[in-house]
Amino acid sequence: MKVTFPHMGYLYVCVKGLLEYLDIEVILPPPTSKRTLTLGTKYGPEFACMPLKLNLGNMIEASELGADTLIMIGGCGPCRFGYYAQVEYAILKDLGYHYNMVVLEPPDKHISELTTRIRKITGNKSWVQVIKAIRFAYQKSRAVDEVELMSFKIRPRELVLGETDRALAKAIKEIDNAASPQQLQLALLRSKDIMNSVAIDPNRPVIKIALIGEIYTLLDPFSNLNIERHLGRLGVEVDRSIYLSEWINDHLFMGLLKGIRSTKEYCQSAAPFLNHFVGGHGLETIGSVSVYAKRGYHGAIQLFPFTCMPEIVAQSILPKVGDALAMPVMTLIVDEHSGEAGMITRLEAFVDLLTRKREFKAN
Amino acid sequence: MIGYLGVDVGSVSTNIVLINEDNQVLENLYLRTQGQPIRTVQQGLKKLAQHLPISTVIKGVGTTGSARHLSAVMVGADVVKNEITAHAVAASQQVPGVQTVLEIGGQDSKIIILRNGVVADFAMNTVCAAGTGSFLDQQASRLNTPIEEFGTLALKSTTPVRIAGRCAVFAESDMIHKQQMGFELPDIVAGLCEALVRNYLNNVGKGKEILGPVVFQGGVAANVGMRKAFEKELGLEVIIPQNYDVMGAMGAALLAKEAVAKGQPTKFKGFGIADVNFAVGSFECDGCPNMCEVVEINEEAITIARWGDRCGKWANALVREQSKIS
Ligand code: SF4
Repeated sequence: MKVTFPHMGYLYVCVKGLLEYLDIEVILPPPTSKRTLTLGTKYGPEFACMPLKLNLGNMIEASELGADTLIMIGGCGPCRFGYYAQVEYAILKDLGYHYNMVVLEPPDKHISELTTRIRKITGNKSWVQVIKAIRFAYQKSRAVDEVELMSFKIRPRELVLGETDRALAKAIKEIDNAASPQQLQLALLRSKDIMNSVAIDPNRPVIKIALIGEIYTLLDPFSNLNIERHLGRLGVEVDRSIYLSEWINDHLFMGLLKGIRSTKEYCQSAAPFLNHFVGGHGLETIGSVSVYAKRGYHGAIQLFPFTCMPEIVAQSILPKVGDALAMPVMTLIVDEHSGEAGMITRLEAFVDLLTRKREFKAN
Repeated sequence: MIGYLGVDVGSVSTNIVLINEDNQVLENLYLRTQGQPIRTVQQGLKKLAQHLPISTVIKGVGTTGSARHLSAVMVGADVVKNEITAHAVAASQQVPGVQTVLEIGGQDSKIIILRNGVVADFAMNTVCAAGTGSFLDQQASRLNTPIEEFGTLALKSTTPVRIAGRCAVFAESDMIHKQQMGFELPDIVAGLCEALVRNYLNNVGKGKEILGPVVFQGGVAANVGMRKAFEKELGLEVIIPQNYDVMGAMGAALLAKEAVAKGQPTKFKGFGIADVNFAVGSFECDGCPNMCEVVEINEEAITIARWGDRCGKWANALVREQSKIS
């Protein structure tokens, strides 16, 4: 059995860690590239959003490398993502890529539905081992998030252009290579050292922008055209409303781990503007604006794939939220037609004017 | 004489302006880019230099427009700003407190929403290439009316004809139809302006809160019929600034002035660059499946800038200075 799963930013570090801990052979799809997108756009339905197309491309490319079993996350609720796994499976089958597909989704009736599905992958491994593996994967996601957070602070202050990106790639590799919790501890220390070795100017003035919106486009640099890097180079310190480890804690561990940032805070802050679940992360998107305004951020950028329903709902409310909180919010919608040049023009304009606003205030 | 240069290189036209310490436009050059931004900028500078007294000192240069990075490395710009910022800055300078900027050029149109002097929102047309400016040009010549009088003609109308304005192709065929039905020319022209305004507001300005003061700029702002149609549709006064057709270049010049005011000397390479050999080359990187087309700008056989790589491997190989001007 050669297991694969679609990409979403650094998700692979964590899932690969989990599977390899259980001695399951993993075949990673090649890093998402233009080819991935081309394949996905060619075979995916035109009206589907970009995550489906990229997932599909990943699966085709992984199959070319010999993967035969596919893990997908399912879901329920108004977001279409819930049935994407089925759609993708059908498309792959039509194209002649044969996969065993295991969809992990909240069980309909009984928890055994989920456990049988997990058993398909883990075989006769004991549950204790499985739980240990999940813990290990979670620790990996924490480690990745920690170095990513460091990169957000370092990038706008780096002295040599591109140093942060090089360091981050090395740091992630350290974490990725760790095969046991003990190794991981050391790897994290090393990767922090790597990040700290980037020469910075700590006094450079920076603008702070929060990236909010839909999870896939937030976490996946290919889909968001490397927005964090572009902003960093424009002298912007970013923060993201969603991190992988927080999402895992919120959704898979039901918030069991305490002392970790949770999206609950966002949902509660959405109250004056939106009071109910609209699917996906729509509610969080609205609420995160006030959370970031309180933390002193200068602006926020909402990111989502074209046709994403929950985010469209949020988008229509955001102008009111931004006005009420005096926080400029810009929306960027991405799909396979997005050009990097157009996005950079918009980012530059947004950053420029936040900078000017701050300078005018200071005078 | 002391001045600041603003260079706006778009796909259709290139504008170069020279402003003085009092932000007045002293020189204003309009050229067709014709797909050759490098040559056009060089010719423009050459022409400008011939006009200016020998004693002219350029204290700062700014570039904007779609070829802003290219022209920046060529001329040695102190600031490189995108069109939105440049237009917003120029509009704020001409009409203090402006809250909405409607910008319609030959091929591009955009809307900029400012609140408290900051761009709060903006949108650009990206899909439909049938530019409003060129479309109006075409229709004027089809109706055998000089474009300068086209707008005035519209003002004579009391009952504009309703023309389908979803896109320029529909508008044109519907207009021909209305002509054949025997409507008066002024009514048709006025109807056309209204259709274009509706189209703009529905596509570019969709969902934006348009508050006054409203500034209308870009080449099409010369058309009084369009201005009237905007005023009618918005129920607001629409202001056309004095330098409505060179606002991008003017904004770039203003921003350059601001940048050098902080004390750094200008990076302007001088008018001599009109005679320097610039060449653009490109290659396809085979480093990964992205297969980026990397563009290289060479000045006398030395690579001065590169872009187009997704991973940053090529652009990063050059010094920070150059990419940091933006
Ligand atoms: S420039 Fe970088 S991203 Fe582009 S093809 Fe080469 S290696 Fe890949």
